[in-house]
Amino acid sequence: MKKSTWINIGFQVGALVLALLITTLLLLAAGAPPFKAYESILSGAFGSSNDLASILISWSPLLLTTAGVLITFSAGLWNIGVEGQMVLGSIFATWMLRLLQDTNLPPALIIILGIVFGMIGGALWAALAGALKTFGGVNEIFGGLGLNFVATALTIYLVFGPWKRPGVGSMSGTQPFDQKLWLPTLSNTGLSLWALGASILVVIIIYFLLRGTYFGLRLKAVGKNIKAAFLLGIPTWQYSMFAFLLCGAFVGLAGAIQVTAVYHRLLPNISNGYGFLGLLVAMLINYQAIWVLPIAFFFAALNVGGIQLQIVYKMDSSFANVLQDLLVLFVLLGQGVRERFLRKA
Amino acid sequence: MDTILIGLAGVLAAAAPVLFAVIGETITERAGIINLSLNGTVILSAMGGFAVAYVTGNLLLGFLFGMLIGAFIAFIVAFGSITLHQSQVAVGFVLALAGRDLAYFLGVPYMNTPGPTLPTWSIPVLKDIPILGPLFFRLDIVTYLSYVVIILAWLWIFRTRSGLMLQGIGERPAAAFVRGANVNRLRYIYTVIGGAFVGLAGPAYTLNVKAGWMGTQTGLDGIGWIALAIVIFGGWNPLRAAFGAYLFSLLEWLGLVLQPSLPGIPSQVLQVAPFPLMILTLLLVNIGDAEWVQRWLASMPEGTRRVVAKILRAMRASPPAGLGVPFESE
Repeated sequence: MKKSTWINIGFQVGALVLALLITTLLLLAAGAPPFKAYESILSGAFGSSNDLASILISWSPLLLTTAGVLITFSAGLWNIGVEGQMVLGSIFATWMLRLLQDTNLPPALIIILGIVFGMIGGALWAALAGALKTFGGVNEIFGGLGLNFVATALTIYLVFGPWKRPGVGSMSGTQPFDQKLWLPTLSNTGLSLWALGASILVVIIIYFLLRGTYFGLRLKAVGKNIKAAFLLGIPTWQYSMFAFLLCGAFVGLAGAIQVTAVYHRLLPNISNGYGFLGLLVAMLINYQAIWVLPIAFFFAALNVGGIQLQIVYKMDSSFANVLQDLLVLFVLLGQGVRERFLRKA
Repeated sequence: MDTILIGLAGVLAAAAPVLFAVIGETITERAGIINLSLNGTVILSAMGGFAVAYVTGNLLLGFLFGMLIGAFIAFIVAFGSITLHQSQVAVGFVLALAGRDLAYFLGVPYMNTPGPTLPTWSIPVLKDIPILGPLFFRLDIVTYLSYVVIILAWLWIFRTRSGLMLQGIGERPAAAFVRGANVNRLRYIYTVIGGAFVGLAGPAYTLNVKAGWMGTQTGLDGIGWIALAIVIFGGWNPLRAAFGAYLFSLLEWLGLVLQPSLPGIPSQVLQVAPFPLMILTLLLVNIGDAEWVQRWLASMPEGTRRVVAKILRAMRASPPAGLGVPFESE
């Protein structure tokens, strides 16, 4: 391998060590034995085959959100609205399933329609952020953030209002769908191979789209220098808009999967932070699609292990998120250090 | 009448934390740096400030610790962007998440414990002025501080030599550099100072307006993002930004007041009312620059065009020209 590759790996490992060092100090400060805590994260993540299934269940939406934001990042867009786009995917999927659940259509068709509708919902919400940017001059960061909160409010309104359970609405969500409308899962695990397969497929599509196509090249040109791209004759705003739509569709798929394969109903907190986590993963892998699969898996494992920490040590499960955040922070800062270091060398 | 006055005085007090965050960020962005970490800074300083005040029993230490947290996070933003040339947005976004997650993790021991709160302190003489007294001067010292901060920030930016330099390093860093300004050092200083003000926002919540730390139930998630939007709404001017913060606080209060008359709507829905409003105001502030609006304007009859253009210009706000752009002296 080239020397620069080794330096690169060295910095990534250094960032991980630094992040672990600080989280160790945090654990000490919080009064938990650090090694036992890490052990419980590990055993929480890999202790049984059920744990592995849990990781794969959260791997799937994370793959989709990461793949989605890789497209918008390529177009130079900070799609913070990804969280809300996932929520809209869930809402639209639930909507379609509710509409069709009492008809005589074959269940498989209803599920497929629900998923497609979820993708449309995500794409529409993303298009709204895109339109606000393109036609209203509203930075996508703020437009997206605002729309995230609106999406959450919409979910709460639906769960407590028009779609509430018979009796009284509650935070536990809408009435679960009939089992025939569940995406088939592996026995006793809740893991849907369909969902997992679709997510991996999307990552592969994105990899080749961004790497090997004319479209991907032009999209990156728009992201690197929008003025130059425009002067070269690339229809820039159409490309930005398309990036939003594509990202929204994939993220909407993640939301639809949460409804059809995981929860079988609409919940107030259905996006579960996967959108922001996808942004973090994309930053961590420096926007290189080839690394999506392993790094998203690592993050999913941390998420699952973090829950164990909460059970055993009565700590907030946000510990795993702290580790993820710090890791990304140190990788970012490490990139800066490396660039200075290599420039001087 | 009295109940309305008390309600409005509550609006002023409730706006204080947002004001600190908005003024702090305005100062930072004036210098050309975006500190996107606000949401994390507010939540972490809210937790940290409360924890210190709870442990030491000293309110002042709580507020100072909040400022320290804000300054430290802002320093990371400055270091990452100025010294290490990384994207300000990326570093700020990660810190926005890190601050929040860290607060929820470290704050567990202090959850739902009654801690010290800021006492009400009416200003002698001023409190007896009819209407203005009960409205402005029967609150607490932090709210009074928020009035002072608005005015001082405005004076500093627009009425002092240093303020002129501050505007210079944000608008045209190269020109300021030629004039002898150490652009990047000043950017460091203003980022850290701005961050310290943002860090005042957290304790202003947990030690005063929304007393106590309740983990994710504290209800501060999102405030930082709103504050960032208000900075834009305020056109990077402390006075207009203060107006935005008061407007936000007023709308929140109206939401609470109107809640009972809108029984069909869950309270969580009204709580997010600021966000569509945020999008709307940003739209109003920016839309005058959009190409299609310009074309539409050009097609209007002369009289109408002048009026519409005037309205658009009044709402318009453009950022410092050097905002988010790294500066290299060589």
